[in-house]
Amino acid sequence: MLEVDGIHTYYGLSHILFGVSLRVEKGQIVCLLGRNGAGKTTTMKSIIGLVRPKQGTIRFKGDEVVGKAPYTLARKGIGYVPDERKIFADLTVGENLEIAERKARNGVGWDRARVYEVFPVLKTIESRRGGYLSGGEQRMLAIGRALMGNPEFLILDEPMEGLAPLMVRLIEEQILRLRETGLTVLMTEQNVASALRLSDHSYVIDDGHIRFQGTVEELKANDEVRRKYLLV
Amino acid sequence: MGRNGECGVFLAFSAHPSLLIRESQRMELTLNLDALSSQLVIGLSRTMILFIVSAGLSFVLGVLRVPNVAHGSLYMIGAFTAYTIMAALGNNLAGFWLALLLAPLVVALVGLIVERGLLSHLYQREHLMLILFTFAIGLILNDLVKFAWGAEYRSVMPPEILEGSLTLFGLAIPRYNLFLLVSGPIVAVGLWLFATKTKIGKISRAAAVDRDMVGVLGINVSWVFAASFVIGCYLAGLGGALVAPTLSITLGMDHTVIIETFLIVTIGGLGNIWGAMIGSLIFGVGQSMGLLILPQYAVVFPYAAVVIVLLLRPTGLLKSVW
Ligand SMILES: Nc1ncnc2c1ncn2[C@@H]1O[C@H](COP(=O)(O)OP(=O)(O)OP(=O)(O)O)[C@@H](O)[C@H]1O
Ligand SMILES: [Mg+2]
Repeated sequence: MLEVDGIHTYYGLSHILFGVSLRVEKGQIVCLLGRNGAGKTTTMKSIIGLVRPKQGTIRFKGDEVVGKAPYTLARKGIGYVPDERKIFADLTVGENLEIAERKARNGVGWDRARVYEVFPVLKTIESRRGGYLSGGEQRMLAIGRALMGNPEFLILDEPMEGLAPLMVRLIEEQILRLRETGLTVLMTEQNVASALRLSDHSYVIDDGHIRFQGTVEELKANDEVRRKYLLV
Repeated sequence: MGRNGECGVFLAFSAHPSLLIRESQRMELTLNLDALSSQLVIGLSRTMILFIVSAGLSFVLGVLRVPNVAHGSLYMIGAFTAYTIMAALGNNLAGFWLALLLAPLVVALVGLIVERGLLSHLYQREHLMLILFTFAIGLILNDLVKFAWGAEYRSVMPPEILEGSLTLFGLAIPRYNLFLLVSGPIVAVGLWLFATKTKIGKISRAAAVDRDMVGVLGINVSWVFAASFVIGCYLAGLGGALVAPTLSITLGMDHTVIIETFLIVTIGGLGNIWGAMIGSLIFGVGQSMGLLILPQYAVVFPYAAVVIVLLLRPTGLLKSVW
C-alpha cells in the first residue's frame, strides 16, 4: 500500500534522513522504532507531505506522492495523528471532529457518533475547548479527528506517549479493532513493549538510517539491535 | 497624519448639516448633556464604520496572517461604487439598498482577483514582503480609482427615509446615524455567527492557528484563504458603502481609514473581532468626546489611548490569534 524508497529529507541544511526505505502492506500494522531524534517523526512528515524529501520516492496505492500537498494525500486516504497532537485549541471537541469530517467513498463511514462510541469520554466533553483537554483526551481526540476523514491508511506518531497504562491498553484495543475494519497502520512508539504487542512488522531507525527490519518475532529475538538502537 | 485625521472627523460630519451639528453650533458647544449625547451618537456612528472596516482587516490578519495595507483602498472603492450606484438610481431607497448590496460585492470581486492572481502565490513570504506587496496593490487600486472616477469630490445623500432626525428620549438623532448604529451590531453578530456556526467559519478559525494541520485533514487551505480574504474585502467595501452618504467621497479617503484601522486591530488584539469593536469604540468615541473637551486636540485622543494601551498590553486588549 505504501512504499517509501530511499528518501533523503532535510530541514534547511541539516540532513536528517539518509535513504530511508520502508513498506507497509494493506491490513498490516507496522511500527517504526528508534531513539529520540532518530528521525521517526521526520519520516512520517515526509510521507504526509509536510516536509518534502529531496531525493527518493514515496508511492501510495501505486501513485508517486512526493511533492503533493498534504490535503491531496489526506483525500487519497491517509490519516495523520501528529506527535504534538495539534488539537485546534480555540475549537471545541465537537468542532475539532466536525471540520475533519470527510464523506467516505462507499457511503458508510466515520461520523461523530461513531467516534464517541470508540472514545466515550469525548462525548462527555464535547463542548469543551481543545485547549483545555488533558493529554489523554487530546490523544483520543487526535485519533478520532483522523478517523473522521475515513482514512484507509493511518499514521500514528507516538499515540501512547505520556499515557497511563490503562489508557495505553484502551488505545491499543482500539487500534486492533480498527485493523479489523480493514485499516492499515504505520506507527512510531517510544513504548517498545506496546508497539511490539500491536505490530506485524517492525523497522528500527537510528540517525536517519534504517538499521533493522523484520517481523516482531525477529526483533524480539535480536538482542543486539534492541540493545544498540532501542536501549531495551 | 494629524491633518488627515481631522479631515476625517470634520468631513465626516460636515457634508450634510442635517446629519450633524452645524459649524456655528459646534463653536458654541458647552459641556451640556445635549451636546454630550449628540457627540456620543456621532462617535458611535463613526465607531460602527471603523468596526466594519477593521473587522475585515482583522479577519484577514487573523486567518491569512497578511497585513493588508490595500484595505483602505478597497474601502474607498466601496464608497465610490456605492456613489455611482446611488447617483445613477437617484436619491431613493431602492438605489440605496442596491448600492449597499452591490458595492461590497464589487469590492469582494476585486479581492478575489487580487488573491487568486497574486497574493495566493506569496503566503510563504515574510511579513515585510507582504506589507510592501499589499502597499503596491493599494497604490495600483488608487490609480484605478483615479482613472475611473477622477479626482473630484463626490457626494450622495442618504435616501429620503433616512434623512432628517428622529427624536428619541428628547434628543434629536439623525436617522442615518441611527441606521449606522444598528448596522454595526448586525455585522458583528453576523460575523460571530459565521465564525462559530458555519463549517467554513470553524475551518478558518482552525487555519488561523495551524494551517498545516488543517491541510492534513484534507482541506485545501488555499481556498479557505481565498474565502477569508474575500470576506475581509467585502467588509471593507461595506464600510465604504455605508460611509458614502456621510462624507465627501474623494481620493485619499483611504489614508485615515487605513491608519486608524491598523491601530484599532493592534490595540484590539490581532484577529479578534470583539477587539476590533473595542478598538473602534476607543477611536470613534474618543475622537468625538475629545471634540467636546479639548476641540483643538481632539484628533490626539485616540492616538494617546493607543499609546497607553500598547504600553500596558503590548499584544492588545483581547486575545490575539498571532
Ligand atoms: N523543524 C526542524 N528543524 C531542524 N531540525 C529538526 C526539525 N525537526 C526535527 N529536527 C531534527 O531532526 C532530527 C530527527 O527528528 P525527529 O523529530 O524526526 O525525531 P524522532 O525520531 O521523531 O524523535 P522523538 O522520539 O524525540 O520524537 C532530530 O535531530 C531533530 O533535532
Ligand atoms: Mg517524534
